[in-house]
Amino acid sequence: MNALVNLTKVFKFHGGVHPPENKAQSTQLPIGQLPLPEKIVLPLRQHVGNIPKIKVQVGDKVSKGQLLAEAEGTVSAAIHATTSGTIVAIEDAIIPHPSGLPDRCITIKPDGKDEWIARQPQDWRNTDCNTLIASLRSSGIVGFGGATFPTQIKLRVGCKSEIHTLVVNAAECEPYITCDDMLMRERANEIMKGIEVTQRLLGAEKVLIGIEDNKPEAIASMQAATANTSIQVVVVPTLYPSGDARRLVHLVLGAEIPYDKRSTDVGLQVFNVATVLALYRFFELGEPALSRIVTVTGNVQKPQNFEVRFGTPLPHLIKAAGGAKPDTTHYIMGGPMMGFDLPDENVPITKAANCIIASSPNLFAPPPIPMPCIRCARCADACPVNLQPQELYWFAKSDNFEKANDYKLFDCIECGACSFVCPSHIPLVQYYRYAKSEIIALDKAREAADLARERNEFRLARIEREKQERAAKHAERAAAGKEEAAKRALKAEKTPVLEVNQNAASSPVTSGADDVKKAAIAAAIERAKAAKAAAAAIGEAPKNIANTDESVKKEIAEIDARRQAAGIEKPAFDAEKQAKIAAAIERAKAAKAAAEAAKPAETNGK
Amino acid sequence: MYRSPYISDAPPVSSIMFKVLLALVPGIIAYIWVFGGGVLVTITLATATALLAEAAMLKLRQRPVQPFLMDYSAVVTAWLLALAIPPLSPWWLIVVGTLFAIVVAKQLYGGLGYNPFNPAMVGYAVLLISFPALMTKWPAALQLAQTQLSFADQLQFIFSGLLPQDVKLDAITSATPLDYLKTQLTLKHDVASITQAPIFGIAGGKGSEYVSIAYLLGGLYLWQQKIISWHLPTAFLGALAIISSLFWLINPGHFASPLFHLFSGASMLCAFFIITDPVSGPTTPKGKLYFAAGVAVITYLIRVYGGYPDGVAFAVIFMNICVPLIDTYTQPRVFGHEK
Repeated sequence: MNALVNLTKVFKFHGGVHPPENKAQSTQLPIGQLPLPEKIVLPLRQHVGNIPKIKVQVGDKVSKGQLLAEAEGTVSAAIHATTSGTIVAIEDAIIPHPSGLPDRCITIKPDGKDEWIARQPQDWRNTDCNTLIASLRSSGIVGFGGATFPTQIKLRVGCKSEIHTLVVNAAECEPYITCDDMLMRERANEIMKGIEVTQRLLGAEKVLIGIEDNKPEAIASMQAATANTSIQVVVVPTLYPSGDARRLVHLVLGAEIPYDKRSTDVGLQVFNVATVLALYRFFELGEPALSRIVTVTGNVQKPQNFEVRFGTPLPHLIKAAGGAKPDTTHYIMGGPMMGFDLPDENVPITKAANCIIASSPNLFAPPPIPMPCIRCARCADACPVNLQPQELYWFAKSDNFEKANDYKLFDCIECGACSFVCPSHIPLVQYYRYAKSEIIALDKAREAADLARERNEFRLARIEREKQERAAKHAERAAAGKEEAAKRALKAEKTPVLEVNQNAASSPVTSGADDVKKAAIAAAIERAKAAKAAAAAIGEAPKNIANTDESVKKEIAEIDARRQAAGIEKPAFDAEKQAKIAAAIERAKAAKAAAEAAKPAETNGK
Repeated sequence: MYRSPYISDAPPVSSIMFKVLLALVPGIIAYIWVFGGGVLVTITLATATALLAEAAMLKLRQRPVQPFLMDYSAVVTAWLLALAIPPLSPWWLIVVGTLFAIVVAKQLYGGLGYNPFNPAMVGYAVLLISFPALMTKWPAALQLAQTQLSFADQLQFIFSGLLPQDVKLDAITSATPLDYLKTQLTLKHDVASITQAPIFGIAGGKGSEYVSIAYLLGGLYLWQQKIISWHLPTAFLGALAIISSLFWLINPGHFASPLFHLFSGASMLCAFFIITDPVSGPTTPKGKLYFAAGVAVITYLIRVYGGYPDGVAFAVIFMNICVPLIDTYTQPRVFGHEK
């Protein structure tokens, strides 16, 4: 360790645990390369976000690096062919996901040539930053630390020099996993180029590389590579989960990113070391994300790291590691703290697969029967977020989600440190996952219910409005029709032939015409009355005071006067509405009267 | 499927409880040396009663008997109660106390992990209220007693209440230092002259102070083993030292020294073994400080102004009631949050 490292202060976070590292097993051999597998199965769901849109069909010949599915929506990542060959299937298959559910996959039958498409390196030093970031959409690069968040999203704030510091996450705190360790040992120079690219994309001036002190070879390698640069290798003490982005930022900078902010809000961005390298390969070499380093360890004959193309079936990889030992029961993806049981041993390797552990009862004993919580608070001592896991457990268990929220359940990073130290062997993280998913589901249900209620209220209001409009229109039309009738009647007086009925031509219509005239006048009077009523109603809300005492009327008048003096407006909307209704009623009455008056004319005309 | 973490480095509950029992051994040895082997009879009676009662209750509550019986939590309760009551009490006294502790204070509340009150202290309080005369009849330290009872004599006395023919009850019992101090103070004697009595030792009571020191050593072992955190014992002993110093400095003639309070009665047992019961105690670091300080202050007030010579049991039970409140208001700041 050089002087610079010793000078760098490290800011410890609360809690943390020291699980047995078990990293030495898989670092004895260099990163291995695999022969081409017999088939490549590429799940569309390999990242956080939307499923990409398929751009190929069964039967298509594809080249290595060819886009198979493009990013759909903002948060999404592209999928590329990881070798040349033929698309033989686009169908649902079991993917390496805790749910164990099948999902859409593209299957390629490799032709063995492994032929590249024309690669398009970019002159990233001289290209506009926004163009570079936009081009990342087709890179397929996601966070290779295991979070698999599409990288272009993390870079969207770039080019504005709001980000001053890039933190390269090379802590690799989970036991067993050594893929970043080996990457740093063997490819430090490429990582350095990747840092340069990333710096350009972020506009970050300062770069810190955080590595746990249990990786001396990687530290030496990175220190050699960063010599004579301003890039700082910060050696952090081995303490799980130092590789959590927020914990690492705290360790190397002493900065606590507020719970409701992102690192970019405080001028920082954190990238996993493998992601940084992938950025170099994309911009400098024109290669999209096609492979990653995977640690194969645990109950296998020869634990080792391999560079694995995405879509490589797991058995192919296990075979390369000398095969699984006979008592292997199943495989775990990820580390022993946060990993999950693979639902099937034939799943393909995806972008998230940093580590595959062959498991056996000897390696990981089946969990003992959970005992009641004795509130010893060891979990609280271990929690890197300084939560109170014993309280959260209680709230989650009793479905007291409101309290769980109050106790910051959603700040839980599910690192498993609490379960790791629990003397009652309670699967605490599972309780938190349950509570989180329940709260999210409840929130969604509540939102949906709110929306439905709003929609229904809106619908009822609309129906009511339409009803009134219809009534009003109807009344108007009726009034218009009556006028028309009146006109016709007048016409009929002059020419004793009714247009409507030719038979009427020969009949005397005088009396009928008189009636029509009268009706028209009556209707006009009614309309005038209605208009007057409406005008009155607008000015004054209707009061049901016809049968009240004089004293009460007086009181009401006084109140009105006071209100007016105080400048309180009368409920104009209601008054207007009622006036309209009143007017409509009056119009309808008038129309009816007119129609009835017009009738005899017609009958008489017959 | 998510089952992670797949690894654990936690000692099982049984091993935690076992270490607590182990940490009590030095205290028990000192106890035997000071008061004779009778306490072994009490401990055995208490243990047997606790295990039987626990098993019966688990059976009645249709819970698995084996795993819960093997967690040793009932044994810890039994030992603490046995060490808290006078060692030459009749056999049924410890049986009644243990039964109450296990059946009512623990199992009826839901068993391990669910009891809001420290079961041993509930058992103790019930005995103290129901049988005050027996509960304050402590044997004299062997080195002070006019007549020394053999283990066989003690055994006989516990089960039959009969003493050897030539021995009078008064010859083997004596007031405890706390009790003696209290009664003498009411007679307007001053502390300096009272503590001249032979039952007083260097720090606490003659003989019994060694038991206190042995408890302290056992407690330090528990702390070293990370079974208990420093918060509770430190805050308890610290608060007890502070409050007794205050009174003592104001009027040394009327109030005993802090050293006396720290090494008398159940102070040390309380600091390391009683308030450290996690189930009925607070969980937050700050809460532990408040809780332990509260127990210390109430213990002191009961000793000085209350009706009982020692006040640990009532102080602990009272503070147990406050635990939910303490926990609620002492939540530590979560990472990334303002306080």
